Amino acid sequence: MGIADITFYVFATTLVAAALLVVVARNPVHSVLWLILAFLSAAGLFVLLGAEFVAMLLIIVYVGAVAVLFLFVVMMLDVDFAALKAEMVRYIPLAGLIGIVLLMQLALVYGTWVYSEGIDQHLGSPIPPLHEVHNTRAIGLILYDRYVLPFQLSGLILLIAMVGAILLTLRHRQDVKRQNILTQIYRDPAKAMELRDVKPGQGLRR
Amino acid sequence: MPSRHLDILTGYICRGDGMIGLEHYLTVAAALFVIGIFGIFLNRKNVIVILMSVELMLLAVNINLVAFSGFLGDLTGQVFTLFVLTVAAAEAAIGLAILVCFFRNRGSINVEDVNVMKG
Repeated sequence: MGIADITFYVFATTLVAAALLVVVARNPVHSVLWLILAFLSAAGLFVLLGAEFVAMLLIIVYVGAVAVLFLFVVMMLDVDFAALKAEMVRYIPLAGLIGIVLLMQLALVYGTWVYSEGIDQHLGSPIPPLHEVHNTRAIGLILYDRYVLPFQLSGLILLIAMVGAILLTLRHRQDVKRQNILTQIYRDPAKAMELRDVKPGQGLRR
Repeated sequence: MPSRHLDILTGYICRGDGMIGLEHYLTVAAALFVIGIFGIFLNRKNVIVILMSVELMLLAVNINLVAFSGFLGDLTGQVFTLFVLTVAAAEAAIGLAILVCFFRNRGSINVEDVNVMKG
């Protein structure tokens, strides 16, 4: 067993164990931390497969953005998570049954498939030799060429997601004093103050 | 069957040797996917963990794509992994925004409280 094989088994077991702990952890903060570990080990598997760019992207996007987003939301919401977890035991039989059925179906699929003849000749975009073009450059060469439309569309999806997230969470609170720059600019000094002559013994009546 | 395998020591993608095949990666991805579904059914009340389970399932899909890409020698799988990653990030952002919005209005994140639109 070579080093690559041992590394695969280490990353694979870490990945599956961390994923399982994400699901069963009592504290959602711990869930997020296990999720980060799962993403990191998946990135390790990607490096083993020769997909360095995707591996680094997984770390940047998932660990750096998505997992931190989860962490912020978990800590921001003041929820009694213990009460949510209390009924978890009730669902274990159903969840286990569905999981086992699905696992057996996947095993059936994975047990019987074969490659078709001459698949080497029908590759969409073959990976060039590593000493000629490295992984990131190879991906860029086809991402900005053949897949430029899906690339732009994914950018559009991200834009829509950004606009939607801001729109959903932005709110104007009435109980907080804010600086309103427009009213400050349009303030007329002549109308801001007025002098009244107050007679003795009488108050000022509006 | 062509199979490519990255050897850590030499840094070259070598074909055919090594004990780890495509099936190993597919097994890991299948386990991850099933764990994701298991999590959805297990945490019926907690939307945050449900969203995390969805992320796990998308990660399983990514592992499948990259594994086939690596062993077939076709870059298309890795390109589509990028797109899946994009959609996953957008989905997490929107999902969590909806969650924050819901928590502000109802004061809970219980899935069973989401019944206002039942009609």
